[in-house]
Amino acid sequence: MKNKSLVSINDYSKEEQLSILDLAREFEKNPVQDILKDNVIASLFFEPSTRTRLSFESAVNRLGGKIVGFSEASNTSVKKGESLRDTILTVANYSDLIVMRNPVEGSARFASEISPVPIINAGDGANQHPTQTLLDLYSIRKTQGTLDNLHVAMVGDLKYGRTIHSLVIALCNYNTTFHLVSPVELKLPSSVKMHIKEKKLAYHQYTEVEDVIPHADVLYMTRIQRERFSDPLEYERIKNSYNLEYEMIKKTKDNFRVLHPLPRVNEINIDVDKSPKAYYFEQALNGVFVRQALISSILGLK
Amino acid sequence: MENKKVKELKVSAIENGTVIDHIPSSAVFKVIRILKLEAFDDMVLFATNLESKKYGKKGIVKVSGKYFEPEELNKISLVAPHASIIEISDFQVANKKIVETPTEIKGIVKCFNPNCITNKEQVKARFVVVDKEDTRLKCHYCEKITTRETMEFF
Repeated sequence: MKNKSLVSINDYSKEEQLSILDLAREFEKNPVQDILKDNVIASLFFEPSTRTRLSFESAVNRLGGKIVGFSEASNTSVKKGESLRDTILTVANYSDLIVMRNPVEGSARFASEISPVPIINAGDGANQHPTQTLLDLYSIRKTQGTLDNLHVAMVGDLKYGRTIHSLVIALCNYNTTFHLVSPVELKLPSSVKMHIKEKKLAYHQYTEVEDVIPHADVLYMTRIQRERFSDPLEYERIKNSYNLEYEMIKKTKDNFRVLHPLPRVNEINIDVDKSPKAYYFEQALNGVFVRQALISSILGLK
Repeated sequence: MENKKVKELKVSAIENGTVIDHIPSSAVFKVIRILKLEAFDDMVLFATNLESKKYGKKGIVKVSGKYFEPEELNKISLVAPHASIIEISDFQVANKKIVETPTEIKGIVKCFNPNCITNKEQVKARFVVVDKEDTRLKCHYCEKITTRETMEFF
């Protein structure tokens, strides 16, 4: 994977994805190493982020690397009207690898085509967020012991949620049975469902989360995103569709885990946090190991 | 076939050049634009709403003194998927073929997604044709699908 940009999850084959997960397991055992001491990583965040930016920066820092970059575009030349093209060509002079989040869809693919150094897409609008998918795969494999033949339930905004789309596509490699729970307005788009059908995998659709809990190995919750609704009334009507509570998951299978890409609003009650089956904060921690594995693979250091 | 030959004569024959037949009537002007015939300096003849046995109504474009590269002609398959291309030499049919939908489209169609990088910066729009029958184009950059209904040309 040396010098290979990661823009969409499918840019990496199943084998390449698994090799990142294997390497991440090594970093989990030994997260502080000095392997990036001669490297400078650029972290260009054109829009806000907590977990993604901080876990990338944490990953680099723990490996002894240096970071240059910005966490908002307003105090850079972007404000003066500099194009993305010029920004990337400039920053590539100062760094060995660029991590970028940008609200414009397709910006990461474009950057990867013009940049002399590899690009990691840390989210391009509603399009792709492949490092989230890798850490989701890592979290599922770690909690279930395998990625194969699992029952994965996905709940919430299946229509606009980019993490859902990429995860569904990635899980199609592992004979997953999908349980899709959403309000009718926010069902999984046919362009994503197409991947499930191509692999002839089973999927079931629900509107109530209670119906799916007994079947699931993994319950992947998502936030209903206010910014995706043009009609505020519709958002108000739908926003409280799901609210997972402690009592609801008490009688689940032992291997059952609740995942969430975070941030959450009210779809998971905080009383769920005390359950050993709540896994979302560990999931966020796994993001550091997966990003350490990805960066060191792309730089050819592992 | 006999019938069609007679109808083509509703538009004068050309001595040398290319005839594009079986264009949907609604797409004639789009074909002219895609092939950049607005700026062409030799004779261009066209007609629309001609009767057609196969399609009900059809349009036709005749371009004098010009033979197109296949890549150029294949662009029109987006609006005229069943068009036939007839090359004329000395008033005779020298070559006849059907347009083919290319597997990749560059710089003709706009991505319908206003938040796509190709609509924000100077980036040439580029698509993979994921469905030739239905003309569904997947943007190389934002990965959204532009359909015939949402398709706009530069």
